This record gives sequence, structure tokens and C-alpha cells, in this order.
Amino acid sequence: MKKMKNLTKAQKSSSLTYAVVIVAFAIMFALKTSGSLSSKMTGMLVPICAYIVMAVSLNLVVGIMGDLSLGHAGFMSVGAFAGTIAIVSMQYNGVESAGLRLVVGIIVGAIAGAIIGFLIGIPVLRLNGDYLAIVTLAFAEIIKVLIQNMYLDLDENGFHFSMVENTNTTNLETARLIIEGPMGIRGITKISTFVAGFILVMVVLIVIFHFMSSRTGRAVMSIRDNRIAAESVGIPIFKYKITTFTLSAAMAGAAGVLFANNYSTLISAKFNIDTSILVLVFVVLGGQGNMLGSIIAATALTILPEILRGFSDYRMLIYAIILIAVMLISNNSQLKAAFDGLLIKLKLKKAPDEEEGGKA
Amino acid sequence: MSFLNYLVSGLSLGSIYAIIALGYTMVYGIAKMLNFAHGDVIMIGGYMCFFAVQRFNLPPVLGVIIAMLACTLLGIIIERLAYKPLRSAPSLAVLITAIGVSYFLQNAAQLLWSSNPKVFKSVVGNGVLTIGGEGGLIVSHVALLTVVVCVIIMVGLTLFVNKTKMGKAMRAVSEDKGAAQLMGIDVNRTISITFAIGSGLAAIAGVLLCSAYPTLQPTTGSMPGIKAFTAAVFGGIGSIPGAFLGGILLGVIENLAKAYISTQLSDAIVFGVLIVVLLVKPAGLLGKAVREKV
Repeated sequence: MKKMKNLTKAQKSSSLTYAVVIVAFAIMFALKTSGSLSSKMTGMLVPICAYIVMAVSLNLVVGIMGDLSLGHAGFMSVGAFAGTIAIVSMQYNGVESAGLRLVVGIIVGAIAGAIIGFLIGIPVLRLNGDYLAIVTLAFAEIIKVLIQNMYLDLDENGFHFSMVENTNTTNLETARLIIEGPMGIRGITKISTFVAGFILVMVVLIVIFHFMSSRTGRAVMSIRDNRIAAESVGIPIFKYKITTFTLSAAMAGAAGVLFANNYSTLISAKFNIDTSILVLVFVVLGGQGNMLGSIIAATALTILPEILRGFSDYRMLIYAIILIAVMLISNNSQLKAAFDGLLIKLKLKKAPDEEEGGKA
Repeated sequence: MSFLNYLVSGLSLGSIYAIIALGYTMVYGIAKMLNFAHGDVIMIGGYMCFFAVQRFNLPPVLGVIIAMLACTLLGIIIERLAYKPLRSAPSLAVLITAIGVSYFLQNAAQLLWSSNPKVFKSVVGNGVLTIGGEGGLIVSHVALLTVVVCVIIMVGLTLFVNKTKMGKAMRAVSEDKGAAQLMGIDVNRTISITFAIGSGLAAIAGVLLCSAYPTLQPTTGSMPGIKAFTAAVFGGIGSIPGAFLGGILLGVIENLAKAYISTQLSDAIVFGVLIVVLLVKPAGLLGKAVREKV
């Protein structure tokens, strides 16, 4: 107990986050191995992990850096394709171990995400506010369209790449068609596992919490709070921002690989503006800068449409209403007071000033 | 001559973008919010006109008026229920609420009218105007109507904002909400009226969009909505002539890219041009660069 008191606020929040993630994983893993999870829920475990990584990585940009990005799915897409290409070609060359392939794939995806994030960050981070948002959106759309027009084959002579048609291999019997334009990558072996997802989430959390207490992290937060003041004490804004943005893109890339290898097909149209917005919703509902909030929101909002399945056709309508209601209640003081009063009346809540963010 | 034909269809598409972008830009200029649900109001406008004209056999003019009334009302209701309570909330919260409204409208439309595409009959028929005889310039009536309507709306809006008392109030609110309130301007009412006008414009855009591209389904409005949003930023968000210019340019670039470069890559080219413009002129083509005060 005495030791707990010596911890700083940030350390407490990170320990709490680790604890929640580990406990949640242990419970879900036990449920899964005992077979008491429905097949629908089991199938959602890996996507939930991928969305958690996405939400946490976008929270780094939106919450810690204070810039609005509407193109996070673009980095996920780049990572997913680069990582899956690596995985498929390793398989083609006879790498047996699925675990090794996945680890290498995720690393390749993260590197690809980082490279693209760095390149896009150079022009984008010179803009501010809504302009930054629209340009990230534009880049994500460009990435989507470009990948839709890519053709990549692999045969014994190596890779063949084309932006026009799928005619670049000479050897159709032995070649592996990797990317087939709008049809994307087909025939993926589903090697992502819940354990891999959990490990990725933990690694990303450790990196983020260390980042937040590092020199760069503190500098970026000072830029968020007051850019002019930060600049006037000599903080190189662009340098710190691009570091953060690149790190975030790398994490999104890794999440993409995890996500992609949970399905047998990967198409670029999946990573459109809707996916970017979905992740942004996780971040805002969970609370900007609050990693645990992002994790809870990503999990809750991924499961929510499944829970609402009983309402069949009305499912997405109810989802929309819940989304609007949560935003109104958590941001309007009158509605919030009324909602708190209701909770106290229903004896669901005791202290009037308790936090209630993150629960959808 | 084919170049001119592409140019004309680009102008017509651009005019539709411009009308939508005008709605975006007015709302952004005054309420400082990105109204992501704007594209879905367009879709509702399309459906209203569709039912009025094709189910109840009303004349097209009446159909357009009904669509405008319905969308204006819808705009006011959305503003009152979803955006007004968030007047002092952080802008991201408002953005997410707008996304929620967009989901709501799309799914409500899907429940009410199913997701099967409906074939929308053009409000002015499918006639064409040929200039210069055989192989000459072909202009469809819809394209002509679209461009004319767009110019009228743009001139009308400019006059409204610059000459009327309400327009003056709008400019004051967009400049400084607090100061406007102290001068006796009803800020809430001004914002509501802006939403009403923007939604009415969305209805017109919806009818024209569906007349030119006749499939109507619950997701009809989302891509044109995003493109028009891009157009508004392109021209300088908050500026009426900017939205007009941005919309027209975007439509022309998109059509020419489709014709001469690649159909599949046209969207990438449009967004690429946007990025280049924003890097050279960070406030858009006609936007005012606001200097930071320390």
C-alpha cells in the first residue's frame, strides 16, 4: 500500500489500464477455452484487439497531440497490405511457423505504416485544425484508390508489379497472385489469434505509456495545450509532431496486419472513411487522451451491434441513437445533470461527481 | 468537340458539388461545425421528390418544393435536437454527433424505403440540346438546368448575406458570436436559420443529383457529401464564392481526369489536387488567412 502512494498519477493510470486489459484477457481466454463463448463472440475477439490498437493509436494523435485525423484507416490499410504481402510470400517460400509469419508480418506492417505516416506527415502537419482533418481524409482516399488498382504476383523469379492489369506473370500455374486489384488479397490463411492480439495490445500500451512520459510525449502535450507558448520556449513543434504521427501510423499499420489475417480476404475498400470515423468515435467516446477509455469504448462499440442483433433491422438505428444520446449527455451540462439525477434515483450511482465517460 | 463535352458534364457535376458545398460552407462559417449529416439530407431530399413525383404523380416543380420544405424542416429539427444542446461543447463532440445523425438518417431511410436502388426520373426529362450540328456539343437539359440553378443560388446567397439584415446578422455571428450577442443579435435563431437554408439547398442538390445520376438509395448522398465538403475546403471554407469555385473546379477536374487519365484513379487525382492546393494555399483558394495573435 505504501508503495502505491508513491506512484504518480500517470503511473497509477497506466497500471490500472494494464490491470484491466490483463484481467479482461484472462476472463475472455478462460471463457473461450471452456467453450462458453458463442461463435460470434469468439470471431470478434481479434477484431476487438485490432480496434483497440487503432483507437489507442488514434488517441495518440487526437488526444495527446491534439490534431484531428480523419484518415487513420489509410495507415491501417497500408500496414495490412504490406504485412499480408510479407506473410503470403513467406508462406510461398515455405516458412512453416504461423507465429513467425505473423510476428514478421506485424513488424513489416508497422514499418510500412511508419514510412507512409512519416511521408504524409511532412505536408499534413504543417496545416491546422479542420484543414489537417480534410487532408488526412484525402490521403486515406488516395491510398484506398491506389491499392484498388494494384496488381502484384509472386513466382520463382520474384515479384511482378503492375498498376494496369494482371498480366505480368509468365507462369500462371506456379505463381501466387497476391494483390488482384479491387479484389485485393484472397486466400489468406487466418493466422491471427486472440493471444497475438492481446500481446500486440500490451506492447502498444507499454510503448504509449512510455512515450507519454518521455521528453517527446511531454513536449507534444505542451504543444497541444498551448502551441504558441511551446514554440516560444524553443520546442521544435514540427519535429515532435512528426515523431508522434509516425509512431501512431506504425501502430495503426500493426493493427491492420492483425485485423487482415483474421479473415480470408483483404480488400482495400474496407479501409474507407467509415472505418476512420468509427475509430474516431471510439476515441471521442472514450475520452481524448484517456487510453483506458479508448479500450473500453472500442470493445463496447464493437460488441454493441452484436448485442443489438435482437432488434434485427433496427439495430443500426438504435446504434445511431445511442451514439447521439451519449454525446449529448456527456457534453451538455443540463442533460448530464438530469441523467445523473436519474441514475441516483435508480440507485445505480452514489457519488454525484463520479466519472461516467467511456460507457456506451 | 469531345473535350467540350467533357467540360460541360464536368461543369454540371461541379455545379451540384457547388450547391452542396454552399450548404456546408454556410453552416461551417456560422456554427463552426462540420455537418457530416449534410450529405444524408441530400438523400432525403431526393427521396421526397421521388415520392412526390413518381408515386403521387405531382408536377416536378411541386416535387422540388415539397423536397425543399421537408429538408428545411428536417434541418431545423436536427439542429434543435442534436446540435443546439452542444453549442458550447468541444468541436469534436459536435462532429461525432453529426456522424451519429448521419448514421441515423441513412439507417432510417433504409428501414423506411429499403436499400434497393430506386430509378429516379429526371425532373426535366432526358432531352438534350445539340450545338453545332452532327458531332457537335451535346448538352443535356439536366446539365443546363443544374448550371443555371447553381449560378442563381450563388448570386442569391451572396446578395442575401451581403444586403439583408439577416445576412448581416449571419456575418456578425460568424465573426464573433459573443460580440454579436451583445449587439442584440439572436445567435441561436441565426444559426437555426442558417441550418434551414443549408438544408433547403441540400434538397435542391439532391433533386439535381438524382436527375443527373438516376439511382437513388440510402447511401446516395454520402460520397457527393464528402466530395462537396472537399470542394468547400478547396475553395476556402466559410467563403461563398469559394465554395462555388471549389465545387465547379472539383467537378471539372474529376470529369477530365475520368476522360483522359483513368476512371479508377479519378478520385485519387481529385484528392491529390486538393492536397497540393492546400499545401500552397493553406486556407483554400479564396479563404482568408487568419493571422495568429499572441
